Amino acid sequence: MNEPAIVAEGLRKRYGDTPALDGFDLTVRAGTVHGLLGPNGAGKTTAVRIFATLLRFDSGQVAVAGYDVTRDAETVRRLIALTGQYAAVDEILSGRQNLLLFGQLLGLSRRQARQRADELLEQFELTDVATKSAGQYSGGLRRRLDLAASLIRTPEVLFLDEPTTGLDPRSRNRLWDAVRSIVSSGTTVLLTTQHLDEADQLADRISVMDRGRIVAEGTADELKAVIGGDRIEVVVHDLADLPSAAELVGRIAATEPEIDAELRRISAPVSDRVAALTDVVRALHDSGVVAEDIGLRRPTLDEAFLHLTGRPASDQRANDEREEIPV
Amino acid sequence: MTTIEFTDRRVRPPRRRSRRDQVIRHGLAMTKRNLAHVIRSPEEIAIYFSVPIMSVLVFGYVFGSGMMVPGDGSYREFLLPGVFAMSMLYGMGATATAISYDVNRGVVDRFRSMPIARSALVVGRSAADLVRALLEMTALVVCGLLVGWQWHRGIGNALLAVGLVLLLRVAITWIGIYLGLVVPNPDMVGIIVFPLAFPLTAVSNVFVAPELMPGWLGTIAEWNPLSATVAGARELFGNPGLAGDSWIAQNALPMAVVWPLVLTAIFAPLAVRRYKRLSR
Repeated sequence: MNEPAIVAEGLRKRYGDTPALDGFDLTVRAGTVHGLLGPNGAGKTTAVRIFATLLRFDSGQVAVAGYDVTRDAETVRRLIALTGQYAAVDEILSGRQNLLLFGQLLGLSRRQARQRADELLEQFELTDVATKSAGQYSGGLRRRLDLAASLIRTPEVLFLDEPTTGLDPRSRNRLWDAVRSIVSSGTTVLLTTQHLDEADQLADRISVMDRGRIVAEGTADELKAVIGGDRIEVVVHDLADLPSAAELVGRIAATEPEIDAELRRISAPVSDRVAALTDVVRALHDSGVVAEDIGLRRPTLDEAFLHLTGRPASDQRANDEREEIPV
Repeated sequence: MTTIEFTDRRVRPPRRRSRRDQVIRHGLAMTKRNLAHVIRSPEEIAIYFSVPIMSVLVFGYVFGSGMMVPGDGSYREFLLPGVFAMSMLYGMGATATAISYDVNRGVVDRFRSMPIARSALVVGRSAADLVRALLEMTALVVCGLLVGWQWHRGIGNALLAVGLVLLLRVAITWIGIYLGLVVPNPDMVGIIVFPLAFPLTAVSNVFVAPELMPGWLGTIAEWNPLSATVAGARELFGNPGLAGDSWIAQNALPMAVVWPLVLTAIFAPLAVRRYKRLSR
């Protein structure tokens, strides 16, 4: 059972002259949630579509659940499920009809399909809207139906391609809970996301993707460590104290601190976090500088991304942020 | 680059059913899906039916006043088999649009990532459209009877004639499916179908007997697959308009079977192949 759920080696795929995947390598351990994190256009969806047997690739090798996706595509399809960026349900049929259809296509008898549909409708709290057209569902409902359709038969590997894009925080939390319970039943999940907090929340390991390849991989903590570990942050009460406080923090951290005058904030990386905190508190007190806030902080994945790729995680992130407040 | 080792798995994935069994089951499930669509959007059906019924009324009474029918006879008697076939041809638009919408939606990604027969989607579309065509034929026959059309050679021959028309619909469905898969944009599909279908109906024996056309045009009209079906149906219904002396006109009945079979044999495999190639 320790065989990896997904192995991709040297994967390449071009669309015309544009490489979508450019030497993509990935190993996902069975029974884990693996986050594939990257900005729009990094190649996440291309990778998922190849894993789900929807797309051919130019070169490289891919095995999903132990089977070659090209040679044994049919077998792979028996073992996977895909919940895409755009809900993959029939929009004219009702929620229930969707689940019945997919159930029957999966080889369930009419009675079994009906029973399974009812269970899933209940589990995903869709019973009230079961007879409405899926096209009339809200984004959150549709995504839940989509996920339910992926779970008619428990898949060995579940692909979630940006499952919470466009969802409000409440719907997003519900979906996250659903994903957690899926994993507890032993399914391996490959989750693509542009949202760093989402990867942080759900994934055991995270691969950071940019321009068709993986640029970093590890646990969330490991990735954060890559960019230099903990930071100390001091917010001074009085703007006039900023230079002296900065000098003092710089001396203790033994490096040039970053200064944000607008927020009256000084931050610097530190190696021994507790000692540094103690020293800074004492030094501020001795020099009579009043601090509004002092704290230790691990870097966010946003910072990690910037550090790894030299670019912010997503170009429209500033816009996104306003609509979709991360939870 | 290292090679991935594929471990020998003791636990085998769920056993697959026989291929043929699977194709039928999945095709049936898809057919049911498409018919459920029809039931869920009745307004579409109403529009769909209104066109052929309007053709019967408009052509029957407007053209009917001034049109000559070879061998003498009622123009509406002559017209009805033509309208039957014409409706089948225009059904191509609905088929192509439906398939095009499907492949441009996420739901086909789900179908394609599931262990279901590759042909299921297209076979289901074809079967469901045949059921629709059957409903449409029923409406047209009733409408025809109301405007004075009749069959004169017994119910058996009349049913055979209806069968010929539906056979044509099968061929047209497959052309429509192929078209829907080739044209990338569903909104464009509906627009493309009309300029394809209109000349096919005009240059045929649907409205005018080919003998009344200029020689070369008449020949084209006679060889039009639509004409074979219409002439065959007229013969079986015992409606007027029996054709000229050319080989093709004399062999309308067998050609009404051969044409649709040939077209299906060409376009069904093309459509299935095209569908499989969605993975570019």
